[in-house]
Amino acid sequence: MKGIINMTRRDFLKTGALLGGGLVLGFSLTPQESSGEATAQAAATFAPNAFIRIAPDDSVTIIINKAEMGQGVYTALPMLIAEELSIDWKKVLIEAAPVAPEYNHTEWKYIQGTGGSSSIRSSWVQFRKAGASARIMLVAAAAELWHVDPAACRVKRGFVIHDSSHRRLSFGKLADKAALLTPPKDVELKQPEYFTVIGKPMRRVDARDKTTGTAVFGLDIKSPGMLTAVVARPPVFGGRVKSFNPEKARAVEGVKAVVQIDSGIAVVADHFWTAKTARDALEIVWDESGLSLPDTEALRKQYDGLAAAQGAAARRDGDAAQAFAQAARQISAEYEVPYLAHAPMETLNCFVDLHSDRCDIWTGTQFQTVDRDAAARVSGLAHEQVKIHTTYLGGGFGRRANPLSDFVTEAVNVAKAVQQPVKTVWTREDDIKGGYYRPMWRDRISAGLDAEGKLTSWQHTIVGQSIVAGTSFEPMMVKNGIDSTSVEGADDIPYAIANILVSLHTTKIGVPVQWWRSVGHSHTAFVVETFIDEAAHAVGKDPYEFRRGLLAKQPRHKAVLDLVAQKSRWGEQLKAGRKQGMAVHKSFNSYVAQTAEVSVSKEGAVRVHKVVCAVDCGRVVNPDIVKAQMESGIVFGLSAALFGAITFKNGRVEQNNFYDYPILRMKDMPEVEVHIIKSDEPPTGVGEPGVPPIAPAVANAVFAATGARLRQLPMTADAVLKAIKTAQK
Amino acid sequence: MISLEVNGNKYDVEVNPDVPLLWVIREHLGLTATKYGCGAAQCGACMVHIDGKAEKSCQVLVKDAQGKKITTLEGIPQDHPVIKAWLSGNVPQCGYCQPGQVMTAIALLNEKSRPSDDDIDDSMSGTLCRCGTYHRIRRAIHKASAMMAEGGKHDRTRTEGEKPKKKKTRRKRSKKTKAKGGKQ
Ligand code: FES
Ligand code: FES
Repeated sequence: MKGIINMTRRDFLKTGALLGGGLVLGFSLTPQESSGEATAQAAATFAPNAFIRIAPDDSVTIIINKAEMGQGVYTALPMLIAEELSIDWKKVLIEAAPVAPEYNHTEWKYIQGTGGSSSIRSSWVQFRKAGASARIMLVAAAAELWHVDPAACRVKRGFVIHDSSHRRLSFGKLADKAALLTPPKDVELKQPEYFTVIGKPMRRVDARDKTTGTAVFGLDIKSPGMLTAVVARPPVFGGRVKSFNPEKARAVEGVKAVVQIDSGIAVVADHFWTAKTARDALEIVWDESGLSLPDTEALRKQYDGLAAAQGAAARRDGDAAQAFAQAARQISAEYEVPYLAHAPMETLNCFVDLHSDRCDIWTGTQFQTVDRDAAARVSGLAHEQVKIHTTYLGGGFGRRANPLSDFVTEAVNVAKAVQQPVKTVWTREDDIKGGYYRPMWRDRISAGLDAEGKLTSWQHTIVGQSIVAGTSFEPMMVKNGIDSTSVEGADDIPYAIANILVSLHTTKIGVPVQWWRSVGHSHTAFVVETFIDEAAHAVGKDPYEFRRGLLAKQPRHKAVLDLVAQKSRWGEQLKAGRKQGMAVHKSFNSYVAQTAEVSVSKEGAVRVHKVVCAVDCGRVVNPDIVKAQMESGIVFGLSAALFGAITFKNGRVEQNNFYDYPILRMKDMPEVEVHIIKSDEPPTGVGEPGVPPIAPAVANAVFAATGARLRQLPMTADAVLKAIKTAQK
Repeated sequence: MISLEVNGNKYDVEVNPDVPLLWVIREHLGLTATKYGCGAAQCGACMVHIDGKAEKSCQVLVKDAQGKKITTLEGIPQDHPVIKAWLSGNVPQCGYCQPGQVMTAIALLNEKSRPSDDDIDDSMSGTLCRCGTYHRIRRAIHKASAMMAEGGKHDRTRTEGEKPKKKKTRRKRSKKTKAKGGKQ
């Protein structure tokens, strides 16, 4: 199978909903919305299930119920269908699914959504079955026409073929006939040894549109009469408007309305710049009374105090305290990581076209059902009256899966207030200061080792906020007072240690927090994998050998670790001044090991020269996308490790934009090498698992290079110099 | 009234002269390949060419862009070597930064046809990618540079003549398929 899905602008026009002026507006035209003409045509369209539509013109529309945010679902999911239904890639159109129960996440059951690195895993059987049942019906239709045995027919690139009589019919020609058949109850799937599509590095179907600038993101949505809103939100979380003077804002030419909504004051104008300029001119008195204003320094003290005592137990094996007391060697340390913003390249935005009987929403979201329900609540409409049109997402990283639908709810509120189609747009500052961060965490960890240098005790206390507390996810994800996402990666450490105690203090702080690419693992991997390194050095062992010795019962961990050690030439002589560090971590059922080759300047600047990554994510659907996701996770994790921090002073976020919330740039980019373990296990996640190991790998390399332990992120030059000084004492 | 020349087209726009060029391009001219990422000269998502030089359009007031030749990604031929190299290297992820990356890369290659890694660091470091496609961008720039050097050896018509040939045969085949299907 070669070739790329040809999803051209014109194809979008064909399937896209048009709204006056011939402008392309998203690309989801649900059957319910079809015009009469389209319905007439639909009679001849073969739609064997919710994911496939084959039209008489041979076009194959694949409906994707996951958000394309860079992770490659628009390419990898159609590959699953194509494996069973041999399609002509040039005839394939991709359409974002509307909200409907048949598009719900197969594991989350009640909602449609994208997250938890689960798209391939959760669609693995579903999409292949969709393809297989379409094939069976097309073959049955052809066999009936030709009066031949279906078993004597095969499909190839958009055709059903009967070899012995040299007959063939295109899928489109069979569409009307196949549409009359009943879908098979159960279908048999291809055995992996016959795979011809799965496992191939197919080019991304969205690459052309994204390279030529025709891909439509939420921010690019236009519609006649559309207004743009920019919202002034309180300077502290939980703040309310006490009073405001809209006069100066109203005086800006082009401003249509200045309205108070739940989240602040919305300025609505003909264009973005008008709205933004007018917002800057607003005079607002905020009410901050009764709020306890977060302050990073104060939080640190508070968390430190909490970490000194054991919290609610998340895992208890043996008696870790006793084993620690009896250990020949005892080590302990404190770790801290800051709040982090997702900072997707495309800032949040949401276009709402609200009427008395319907509401159409165009936005890049990871949480269609949640957003639809929230929009219905706010607008007072029934669920069925609200339509979510998912555009391309200019990055998500978890931010666009907001359990409270913050950016959608707000946009609907604005539309309700002005009674006109309106797109609410966030500036970068709004995004950085807007909350829903990865929580700040403080950890206290201690280990006991016996005379042979074997770990006998492991005690890990975690302090931080729950990301699901107060949301509809709380009942599902918090058990016995433990938010599973707070301790993931810590309560399931792979190392063979007889006595383990992992405990949690869940704090209540007035800072909105949320899942951030790799969620709890983004913090636990840093603590666990750095501290394991500390333990190895405490007993004078090589960190690779030390880990290996504790992984006898964890073959998949061991395999990625061995592969990364081999490929990175672990322990061999490097260029002068460079040292290696390593880490291995399992998240989202995938196993990833990384080594980082690092040097540290006299000024304390950490330079990462090379990262080698080994991943076991089960069976690979598209190896190039797996590689890209590892590269991406490494960069995302490096940005956080080297630069990322959201801090508070008097309740106010101290960062504003990329100048004080930096992300990795080309000049900081290390060479990256990704190696994939061949596996027949079911596929597992790739979007997130590349993130967790990189921070500890770099921190461990910095230790190797300088003798300084970095237990606090980010690794700013100041922090590194301080750590070096402490180490020299 | 502001007069602009974008991608060879002349536009008269009724707009406040102090609005950043970025927003005029996006909202008044409807050319949305050029993106907003920061509005603060930090990310390069808004990169366009002004008189051949890469400029962050969020930092240029529209009144100052008058009388200059502005090029956005919409004005770059689809078969530009940089675009081709981007496709063959499977560069984009979320894709949002990519128009800015492509525009920055083209400006770099126009200035230095065989850029070193240091040149790439210098020119590309102002254009952020949150998805971390830097590795592939670097590779694609080298590839585009090689393609351009290669292309330079032939004269233009010949290079162009080679490609459509292949395409033609492919197109023919698919037409045939269609015709066949039509008879049945
Ligand atoms: S939007 Fe212009 S540099 Fe970021
Ligand atoms: S591809 Fe997503 S920001 Fe660059």
